[in-house]
Amino acid sequence: MDVVLQLLLNGLAVGCIYGLVALGFVLIYKATELVNFAQGDLMMLGAFTCYMFVVWYGIGYWPAFALAVVTLAIFGALLDRVILRRVIGQPQFTVVMLTIGLGAIFRSFASMTWGSEVYTLPTPFSAQQTMIWGVSVSHEYISIIVGTMILCAVLYAFFTRTRLGVAMQATSQNQLAAYYMGIPVKLVFSMIWAISAGVSTVAGVLLAPISLIDTNLGFIGVKAFAAAVLGGFGSIPGALVGGITIGLIEMFSGAYLPLGFKDVAAYAVLLIVLVVRPQGMFGTVGRKRV
Amino acid sequence: MRSVFKTSYYQDFGLFRNRTQRDWYLVLMLGLMSMPFLLPAYLVDFSLVLIFGLCGLSLMVLVGYTGLVSLGHAAFLGIGAYSHVYFSQDLGVPWIVSVALAAMVAAATGVLVGLPALRMAGLYFAIATLAFALIIQEVFTRWDSITGGLKGKMVERPVIFGYALHDEAPFYLLCLGCLISGLWITRNLLRAPTGRALMAIRDSEIAAQSIGINLAFYKIMAFGYSAAMMGVAGALFAHKVGFLAPDIFSVLLSIQFLLMVVVGGLGSLHGAIFGAIFVALLPVAISTARDSVPEWFGQIFGVFGTDTGFAVSAAVDRFVKQPGLEPGIFGLILVLFILFEPQGIYGRWAKIKLYFSLFPLYKQATFKRQKSYMKSERFR
Repeated sequence: MDVVLQLLLNGLAVGCIYGLVALGFVLIYKATELVNFAQGDLMMLGAFTCYMFVVWYGIGYWPAFALAVVTLAIFGALLDRVILRRVIGQPQFTVVMLTIGLGAIFRSFASMTWGSEVYTLPTPFSAQQTMIWGVSVSHEYISIIVGTMILCAVLYAFFTRTRLGVAMQATSQNQLAAYYMGIPVKLVFSMIWAISAGVSTVAGVLLAPISLIDTNLGFIGVKAFAAAVLGGFGSIPGALVGGITIGLIEMFSGAYLPLGFKDVAAYAVLLIVLVVRPQGMFGTVGRKRV
Repeated sequence: MRSVFKTSYYQDFGLFRNRTQRDWYLVLMLGLMSMPFLLPAYLVDFSLVLIFGLCGLSLMVLVGYTGLVSLGHAAFLGIGAYSHVYFSQDLGVPWIVSVALAAMVAAATGVLVGLPALRMAGLYFAIATLAFALIIQEVFTRWDSITGGLKGKMVERPVIFGYALHDEAPFYLLCLGCLISGLWITRNLLRAPTGRALMAIRDSEIAAQSIGINLAFYKIMAFGYSAAMMGVAGALFAHKVGFLAPDIFSVLLSIQFLLMVVVGGLGSLHGAIFGAIFVALLPVAISTARDSVPEWFGQIFGVFGTDTGFAVSAAVDRFVKQPGLEPGIFGLILVLFILFEPQGIYGRWAKIKLYFSLFPLYKQATFKRQKSYMKSERFR
């Protein structure tokens, strides 16, 4: 029983990370219909930036966390402003290749700036444990789960309560109509990219204590992709539920299935979902109108 | 503007536009065949170009002509490579039969994966192939008895009809033969009704379906054909690298193949070859540049005094020797091509040709990209 509970909590924590990165995909996809294959690499950049502030410049964990989120948010907005705005309306394949190229550039940039070693990020939660229902849980895992919950609440409030949030929803529903209503669509796109980059930074910094920081951290993006598809690309709660599902499946298959299944479980689930229910758990799909 | 004067319908069926074009291709082929005598030192790189050309061709049929994006084609290269080595070395099947079997295994896997995957639209298909490639890579790692697992597997030189190709020159000619026959088959496939059906699917699935094209059949055919050609390329690739390990066939290799078709120019067989030349020779060019670029910088900045020259040279040297530089350059080239020349090298070549054939009358706006709004692919 203890083992199951332990796996459940670990899976939940890892799943929250997948969910957050998937949330980044979904936000961008909903608003701009661009699929950002560089999302995982944005997360990697975020984790490295926070590491740089904490270890190189000796800023405390919390201010460094906030600074990293702000830095990456500005970077995301610039990315949209300078590069991705040019390809809006182009075929989806163009965008996929463009973001794959950007991801390669980010990885290369990270390994040249911060080196290709593996780093650990010192946090206030390191090496502390609490007993919950007779299971010892390290604070790092709790920080991930709590952080995800807070972030989701903030995002939910933002999208339903603020003017900008509602404008973003309108833009994602119909770009042209949003223009007619006087919404600054270009600004909204940049803001969406900023939020998405910020969210993946939060994911990266929360993940850092349990998974070490290196330039290949971005490959988590592929699993997050699985999560986004599982939840039905374009559904925000779906992304989180999908992420947690993938995290749990990964943990349990690692414990109860033969060696090697842990790494491919996420992809196998992805393939099965795509075959059985291509629209995901929460998505809707139809034929394109001619 | 020169145009061909056609006097019979059969001229439209020809492989080449006219006799001049055919003669030029003959000259090119002779030039390539005499490469072992002209540039023996570079044969190692050239045979890789030819193998990559086969890969590019395979992906061009799928991405450039059918409009299906596969993010996992390295998996088929791996399947071809491992099954060829298994058949020819472990089972002792003759070389040619073994290559044919490898192509068949790859095609069968392709069809098997394609059957469910082709129900999905654009992006989902790309993701499904990515997931498939990651699973196949894990299979290569775990299936010790056939693939040798993480220890890898040695590959012997090819033996064809009792004649062992130990030297690079005959192997180069073998690759050249495979690429030319691949080009010939593909060109024939694409100018037949099959090819036109594929292009119709690429341009609009709904329009293609409404004129009676069986979407599922043609998509699966294209996928299987592409996988089979990748299988043949894999067999040659196995001999080329001489040692198979699972991490060769990574997602990064798949992305390099996609880079090949994008940089070469989507929707043209020339593009596949241009892209292959580019992708296969770029690492060679980068490693050459690594040695010479710092010196150039040193000489340029040497104008401001010897010390400055040395300092700049040392700084540039440190910069270009960084291990992470190469994938970054690949990424940068990809981004620049997509932003500024989406038609790739072949598109640029076509533009230059048009410029000269229209000489004083060429208009900048001929190839200008149209500005467009976001076209929603969501349906509500």
